[in-house]
Amino acid sequence: MTLFGIGFATPWLLLTLLALPILWLILRAVPPAPIRRMFPGVVLLLGLKDDDQVSDRTPWWLLLLRMLAVAALIVGLAGPILNPQTDDITANDGPLLVVMDGSWASAASWRARTQALDGLLVQAARDDRRVALLKLSTPEPTSFQTADDLRARLVGLSPEPWEPGEAQITRALELLPEGDFDTYWMSDGLERDSRTPLLTTLQDRGTVTVFQAGQSILGLAPARFEDGNIVLTALRAQSGSDREVTILAQGRDPAGNPAVLARATATFDADATATETALSLPSELRARITRFEIEGNRSAGATTLPDDSLRRREVALMAGREDREGLQLLSPLHYLEKALEPSADLLSGALMDMIPANPDVIALADVATMGAAEEEALLDWLDGGGILLRFAGQRLAASDISRETEDPLMPVRLRAGGRSVGGAMSWGEPKSLAEFSEDSPFFGLSIPPDVTVTAQVMAQPDPALAERVIAQLTDGTPLVTRKAVGQGQIILFHVTANAEWSSLPLSGLFVQMLERLAIAAGSASQPSAEDLAGTIWQPNMVLDAFGSLNDGSTLPGVPGENMVDADLGPDLRPGLYQSQDRTMARNVLSSDTTLTPANWPSDITVEGLTQSEETPLAGWLLALAIALLLADIFASLFLSGRLSGPRATTAAGIALALLVMPITPAQAQSTDDQFALAATSEVTFAHVITGDETLDRTAAAGLRGLSETLFFRTSVEPTDPVAVNLETDELAFFPFLYWPITPDQPTPSAEAYAKLNTYLRSGGMIMFDTRDADIARFGTGSPNGRKLQQLAAPLDIPPLEPVPEDHVLTRTFYLLQDFPGRHNSRDVWVEAAPPDAELVEGMPFRNLNDNVTPVIIGGNDWASAWAMDERGNALFPIGRGYSGERQREIAYRFGVNLVMHVLTGNYKSDQVHVPALLDRLGN
Amino acid sequence: MTTITALRQRSEEEAAKLPALLARAEHLAGTVLLGEHGRRRSGLGDDFWQYRPMQQGDALRDIDWRRSARSDTQFVREREWQIAQSVIVWVDQAASMRFASDANLSTKADRARTLALASAILLIRGGERVGLTGFELPPRRGQAQITRLAQMLSVDHGDDYAEPEARGMIPQSRAIFFSDFLGDPAPVEAALTKAADRGVRGALVQILDPSEESFPFDGRTIFQSIGGGIVHETLKAGDLRTQYLDRLAERKDRLERLSRVTGWQYLCHYTSESAQSALLWIYRAMDGAHG
Repeated sequence: MTLFGIGFATPWLLLTLLALPILWLILRAVPPAPIRRMFPGVVLLLGLKDDDQVSDRTPWWLLLLRMLAVAALIVGLAGPILNPQTDDITANDGPLLVVMDGSWASAASWRARTQALDGLLVQAARDDRRVALLKLSTPEPTSFQTADDLRARLVGLSPEPWEPGEAQITRALELLPEGDFDTYWMSDGLERDSRTPLLTTLQDRGTVTVFQAGQSILGLAPARFEDGNIVLTALRAQSGSDREVTILAQGRDPAGNPAVLARATATFDADATATETALSLPSELRARITRFEIEGNRSAGATTLPDDSLRRREVALMAGREDREGLQLLSPLHYLEKALEPSADLLSGALMDMIPANPDVIALADVATMGAAEEEALLDWLDGGGILLRFAGQRLAASDISRETEDPLMPVRLRAGGRSVGGAMSWGEPKSLAEFSEDSPFFGLSIPPDVTVTAQVMAQPDPALAERVIAQLTDGTPLVTRKAVGQGQIILFHVTANAEWSSLPLSGLFVQMLERLAIAAGSASQPSAEDLAGTIWQPNMVLDAFGSLNDGSTLPGVPGENMVDADLGPDLRPGLYQSQDRTMARNVLSSDTTLTPANWPSDITVEGLTQSEETPLAGWLLALAIALLLADIFASLFLSGRLSGPRATTAAGIALALLVMPITPAQAQSTDDQFALAATSEVTFAHVITGDETLDRTAAAGLRGLSETLFFRTSVEPTDPVAVNLETDELAFFPFLYWPITPDQPTPSAEAYAKLNTYLRSGGMIMFDTRDADIARFGTGSPNGRKLQQLAAPLDIPPLEPVPEDHVLTRTFYLLQDFPGRHNSRDVWVEAAPPDAELVEGMPFRNLNDNVTPVIIGGNDWASAWAMDERGNALFPIGRGYSGERQREIAYRFGVNLVMHVLTGNYKSDQVHVPALLDRLGN
Repeated sequence: MTTITALRQRSEEEAAKLPALLARAEHLAGTVLLGEHGRRRSGLGDDFWQYRPMQQGDALRDIDWRRSARSDTQFVREREWQIAQSVIVWVDQAASMRFASDANLSTKADRARTLALASAILLIRGGERVGLTGFELPPRRGQAQITRLAQMLSVDHGDDYAEPEARGMIPQSRAIFFSDFLGDPAPVEAALTKAADRGVRGALVQILDPSEESFPFDGRTIFQSIGGGIVHETLKAGDLRTQYLDRLAERKDRLERLSRVTGWQYLCHYTSESAQSALLWIYRAMDGAHG
């Protein structure tokens, strides 16, 4: 039943409201109960009469309060529901077909949709209707079943990252169940022509109700590269008001963790459905972008993946001869520059200056010989994945390079002199190019007939030659050869890079070939279908409808022809595709897509998502009733004088207790702050609470002793040490954590480990002390050692080594070679020095790690050696007599060195280099 | 056996109260003793009061030779005036006194007993004899009398309101009455008249709870005396406030007039006030009455 837009679960209960006036009369007639009070002055009252002989009535406002409370209680119990679902469609009890578009456009509101669908199914279950579900993006055979069966499957239902196309609609029409049924169409809100035949068919079978979210659909067109900026176009389906969207450029930070690299804001004008924003990023950052997405809108349409077209390769160009006075068109690099300029950043200069910039490609035009250092550097660079692009020319032809043996920087051996065909002095005709073979990266490119070659360098016949040729002339002589070196490759064009030897650089084929070689990778314009003909693209990462990237390597490859124009579907998912060295993104939206809101015929009911959200009000009303009754308590107390009488304190106490309850977290907050303040206002050392009370006391005393020693001997003036609970306390405040090991201490939780790892990575140091060096060596020989291994396993600890003699720990304050505690074992382990650390002549120490070792592991029970009581007396004996005291002194010195290392890092190591620095400065 | 053990237990409980009362009273008396000391007039006591030049009529044996030898004139050594007065005390022990409107306030009975005992201690130290009205504890001096007084004062009476005990008053003595004087005023008048007849002067100390003065009640209330004997119900306690306060003022006025007529002094003391000020007032009243 519905009253004023509010439905009631048990409307008959509302009749009780009629009893309210009766309650009013009763309550009004009954005066408040009297209080009995002891009062010696009562004798003076004897005989006094009340002025008002009428019994004291409850005041009207209190009555009203109580009435409201009772009314709220009654209405609340009647189960009021705001926006009750009163669908006409549910009145029927015939079979119901739920049609879902199930495209990316419904992903953003998918939860709301499934909830709405769930509500619908609940109602259908109540009405005992049979329901079938048809998802248009992946039509599957369907049949009518009970709504409860379908509800169980709702969880697994998810949208697809494509829109239902012609093929899917045709399939859906074939799959429609027999007979008449009503249809509930959950539209994604986008207009598409393919819908009409299905809609007509459904309308023939029964009523069609459309369910459409009011939320505007947002999309992101593929990013373009324009004038050094990345241009992003945001689209929306419905115009009408100004709207601002934030576009995030997601990528990886230098450490490889996902991060937001940049964000841009785009504002839709009130009547616009598209808006552009530009993002200017350095190429370094640009190369790391993996995707753009609209903040707060999880759908594949609001995500766009950049591919090579955004990637600007760095190409280093170098010519063998300097044409200072030559004509520009004769410059060996002119055509290369023109071909690469739109899509690559060009470097020029000396080879040895360019290699450190790690360019993607180094193009050498007619460079013959190279120095040994250059060659070595180039090979190194090739190993790391560089592409060396070489062009032939006079010099190369004239040189002896790669003549007898294959030069490491040449793909093939060359015959002396090269050849010239079709010239004025030769018999032959200029040669043209042969069709590209299937295993050539150029396969599919059409060859313009006017590309001719008049001169070339010739490859020596060689068993390996055939597989290295990727393009040849009609007479079978190689034109382009390629060899893999390490991760990289060397490509040789057997002609010049200018038009001297062939007309190839003048043709568009040259650019296409460079593209295929991933050198000019992705020109600014989208490749056409012909460009991609003959290639197979393997999905690398594919998008799901929510815009997350999944591995796509198990999906079949897609022919290049389909990559550009074909509709997205199960066979062509949006995502990143790879073919040889090139990657290409297929995004949900293409650059010419516009989003059009769905336009339904007027005879179809269209419902919004928001309208049908049921909001039960019972809880609120019952809470209101309780609040009113609470107010009534105070009002009654006030009226009967109990709030001002001797018991006022009790009432005030209760009121206070009610008020104080929400304040408690604030107090907790302030204790956190106090902890932070105490830990950060001075240098504070901390030890980990192990749960063993004696051990914790010793650790605290040890750190106190160390703090005292530091206070007296150095300018480090630490305050009292703190015991930290790994689970609850913040660790970032402490430069140094002492962690004594006991076999039965609890293992920290995963969160605590995450905190510890953050602590270690951000420069903290943990000193693990197994305290058993007197009976065990380092390792798992003792229970403490085993426990340590177990405790430290989830920690991010670098490789360790025993403290080397030249470790900075040996000289940060005192010069030490031993690190004794209560025991004197040499087994103290720190972060291992980098393997390439070498002893330089004239230096006493190696140049070791640049930072503080994150852990020190040992078993010398240092805390016991350091432990002091409040008066500075040592708590534990060490050794015997004088040598024992000497050992304690060394232990203190080790503690001082340790803290100095923690606080100053490798400062003392750097000092070692001062003489060398001064020497270099010319002193 | 049971009766004996029960009696013993009860006695110990009662005795346990005594030191507290005594201590409180001693403490209170101690604050006063520091400031006001001695009778400050010459008399026949043992204590030295002052030297004065010899006048005519002084006996030779009164001359203090030692002092006179130091100057040319003769000096007479005067001793402090010491004359024992009898002071009798009545403290209202009825149920109406056992009332305190707030846990932080002492009951009226408690305050009355403390004041009575403290003034008794002061007076006994000053050399007076102190006792209770009636015949149970005639005025005596000495430390033992204080203990006996404390004992007698610790006894509660069951009646709602008490009448002052006016018997056993020694002529020309002093008297202090502690009560809330909320009961029937006629016996008080009779007692005071009788005292005036015998030349007994003294002080009326009316001890009231602050709530008896402010009447902070509202709403429907049943008022009830402490003993439960008297009950008054009202529907709107707030409306009775002015009438009650009028009656209280009238009662105080009546007591004051009565004391003026009979040569007594009257003090209205609230338990919320400091006991010390009341004690000082009582002490002065006793002192001034010598005049």
